[in-house]
Amino acid sequence: MSADVDADTDTDTDTDTDSREAKAARIRHLLATEGDAVERNTLTFNRGRYDAVADLEEYEALKTRAREIKEHAIATLPELIESTREAVEDNGGAVYLADDAADANRYVREVVADAGAETVVKSKSMTTEELDVNEALDADGVDVWETDLGEFVLQVADEAPSHIVAPAIHKSREGIAELFHERFDPDEDLETAADLTRFARAFLGERIREADVGMTGANFVTADSGSIALVTSEGNARKTVTATDVHVAVAGVEKIVPAVEDLRPFVELIGKSGTGQDITSYVSVLTPPVDSPSLDRGDDDPLSPETADEREFHLVLVDNGRTAMREDEHLKETLYCIRCSACANSCANFQSVGGHAFGGETYSGGIATGWEAGVHGYDAAAEFNDLCTGCTRCVNQCPVKIDIPWINAVVRDRLNRGDDPGRFAFVYDELVPDEEPAGLDLQKRLFGNYETLAKLASATAPLSNRLAGWGPARALLERVAGIDARRRLPEFRRETLRDWYADRGSRVSDADREVVLYPDVYTNYVAVERGQAAVRVLEALGVRVRMPAVPESGRAPLSQGMIATADAKADEVYAALADHLDAGRDVVVIEPSDLAMFRRDYERFLPDPAFERLADASYELFEYVYGLLEADADPDGLRAGDEAVAYHAHCQARTLGLDAYTTAVLERLGYDVVESDVECCGMAGSFGYKAEYYDLSLDVGDRLRAQFTSDGTRDRRVVASGASCGDQLDDLLAREPAHPATVIDPARPAGRADRR
Amino acid sequence: METDVTETFEASLRRLDVAVERTDAAGAEAVLADRVEAPVVGVPLPFDGVSLPEGVETAPTPAQLEAATTAITAVDFAVADYGSVAIRASPAGEEPTSLYADVHVAVVAASDVLPDMGAAFDRLGEAVRDGDADTVLATGPSATADMGALVTGAHGPKAVRAVVIEDR
Repeated sequence: MSADVDADTDTDTDTDTDSREAKAARIRHLLATEGDAVERNTLTFNRGRYDAVADLEEYEALKTRAREIKEHAIATLPELIESTREAVEDNGGAVYLADDAADANRYVREVVADAGAETVVKSKSMTTEELDVNEALDADGVDVWETDLGEFVLQVADEAPSHIVAPAIHKSREGIAELFHERFDPDEDLETAADLTRFARAFLGERIREADVGMTGANFVTADSGSIALVTSEGNARKTVTATDVHVAVAGVEKIVPAVEDLRPFVELIGKSGTGQDITSYVSVLTPPVDSPSLDRGDDDPLSPETADEREFHLVLVDNGRTAMREDEHLKETLYCIRCSACANSCANFQSVGGHAFGGETYSGGIATGWEAGVHGYDAAAEFNDLCTGCTRCVNQCPVKIDIPWINAVVRDRLNRGDDPGRFAFVYDELVPDEEPAGLDLQKRLFGNYETLAKLASATAPLSNRLAGWGPARALLERVAGIDARRRLPEFRRETLRDWYADRGSRVSDADREVVLYPDVYTNYVAVERGQAAVRVLEALGVRVRMPAVPESGRAPLSQGMIATADAKADEVYAALADHLDAGRDVVVIEPSDLAMFRRDYERFLPDPAFERLADASYELFEYVYGLLEADADPDGLRAGDEAVAYHAHCQARTLGLDAYTTAVLERLGYDVVESDVECCGMAGSFGYKAEYYDLSLDVGDRLRAQFTSDGTRDRRVVASGASCGDQLDDLLAREPAHPATVIDPARPAGRADRR
Repeated sequence: METDVTETFEASLRRLDVAVERTDAAGAEAVLADRVEAPVVGVPLPFDGVSLPEGVETAPTPAQLEAATTAITAVDFAVADYGSVAIRASPAGEEPTSLYADVHVAVVAASDVLPDMGAAFDRLGEAVRDGDADTVLATGPSATADMGALVTGAHGPKAVRAVVIEDR
């Protein structure tokens, strides 16, 4: 059932170039074959989720409660397992705590054999996918049938799920019709979704009637009562339990919550978070063996209350690496996951290629890296771990507030450290003054040490630019470091923003406020104009700007999984800013991903007081401008306009809720703003430069391109706040995007805001 | 207060395309008789003075369950703001009876319409710990989108109707 669809493209190559090309080819294949269906379905779920959670106040309260319950449950897990065992046994059921997949499967096979079952029906369960239960039972000659219609389609097609909630999300109606005709040769033509559903219901109805054992997962288990909660829309879990006398529920130990009342936030969150339904059609809270009369006594036997006690129940609680995850400071959060798929549906890359690109052996989507690292090991997590770009769009969507990008960074870091030591080290040590192990992949190292590269390139500009634009050099760069030759490289400037400002000095005397303007590497060395515009904007509002030497925020190494380097950067940045914080100066940040470092990621790297101090004093440029205008600063010095702009906010800015400030400031100055609502531009920092991901990056970007070339946006000036968003938009559109600071720059000549 | 909750329940059901009627005990049998299409299966109702209409099969075989067009069962309670009904899996057979027919008619006392999930889980928590209240919170018909478009009547009912009995 969970046949390895990857088998035909598995590569065991000698060089990074070959494996990059293989990866790129596989992504192109998935884009072509599954991309359209995945995109249609995930976008529908995702829009539904945004609509369903629009009532924000209660949503946030439910998320907070859900998070608290999970934190508490995982912290007290050993006690909860014991309470569950007692409660289930008191109810007349059996509990088996399985160490691993083989142990769980052995127990399940015994139960099935004892029941003399020839047919087992199953209700969708990722945990049984994890265990490969179906294969184990097949080997005993038992017929196993998936009753969830999506899972049934995959069983018939001999494929693995590509999504946690909708396993066949990558299949089109036409594809399913073709499959059913081929496999079942039905009497009637199956065309519509209703035809296909009716056929599958009837076919599976017979299997359910024949079955002696019903197997389900459990979305939740309650320790106080020994109950399980099952969440479905189709009603297949209800039939699986009701129509069979022997019920086997298989659940990871992390599914236990203390009490029945604790189910409440999850019941309200899971459907909204998954498919955008307010609630799924059925939430069964069962305390098995259930009390319904047996349906398993032959067709002529009417329902009889006396047969209710013929039922048998087994709860298989699966460890399979979870206890170790619980003891792992970083992987522990994965256990809070309620498998709703919100992270997958809100992930721009997932929206393009789906779970067959994202998955490890079983799990897919953002949270898959944590699950696969925990239950199948780092090799399973390694495949496509890089597809997480760290854009953080999933962070606010997770109903239990798991920091999925952080888990991905940690796993990436561990994979880096597990690599073959010694490779490339001797050549590149000068270029890569980082804290990382010598074996780290060169591509990651180059992007992770972007600041050093930029310094060198700037010092040798314009020669460095000419060299970087030279065909043979690009070919070499692609071959050795995997930087796609189709991407235009940034042009480094000889005079950096800091140099410019040091020469120019402040033009504000008698200032009410002093700030430290923090330019990112790109602004300092490449897009100097947007830094200059930022200075003039702040000065126009009466703010005195300082621009001390502060190192790169650590964003670049963090996104490559180089955590030790990022950590060291955080210390350096704080040290460089501490005096200014002491002096009561705010820090104004141009690049949203740097602000996200200060406000989110530094919590992991700095002592609490330092983190809080820096986070509290740091602002995104337009957030700060908005605050100044609210505090009655005079906007007359800024460039007002009655232009129409199409604004794309950086993913991380949106996660922090910062996009609204740019829109508000532009509108206040008379601009007519339309904001994009796609999850991400597809560039996500270094991601779009990488040869293996170039095609995917453009496919993701296509959703943004479509929005900004539609009626009503086609003629607008394009504005983007992230450096990499600007690069991507430049490649996607015929119009050159502008940074919002250059739009309102008082020195901008009328009608022009061309440079970023 | 009770009226408000019932109205919220009705509004939620309308959003789910679930038809709802209010009646009293005396009128319930006629309302039910009027709204069902044979063959009908059902479980005797626990409300004083309320009987199932003529011709309802109360001890169906599995084949009769599958062939039924309509199923009538009482539900333990309802949740107003979601339009959910709580089907008890008791030895009387409400769970399988409500599951196989094309249309499930859920009968609930107005006094058992709870405002929200908080109230529902407070009630459920006690009931579950007291004994073994196997309960399905059912909201609208069964549905699937796995076949390329949204279809109702996946494994369970294609449609749900609710009857609220106001003097119980």
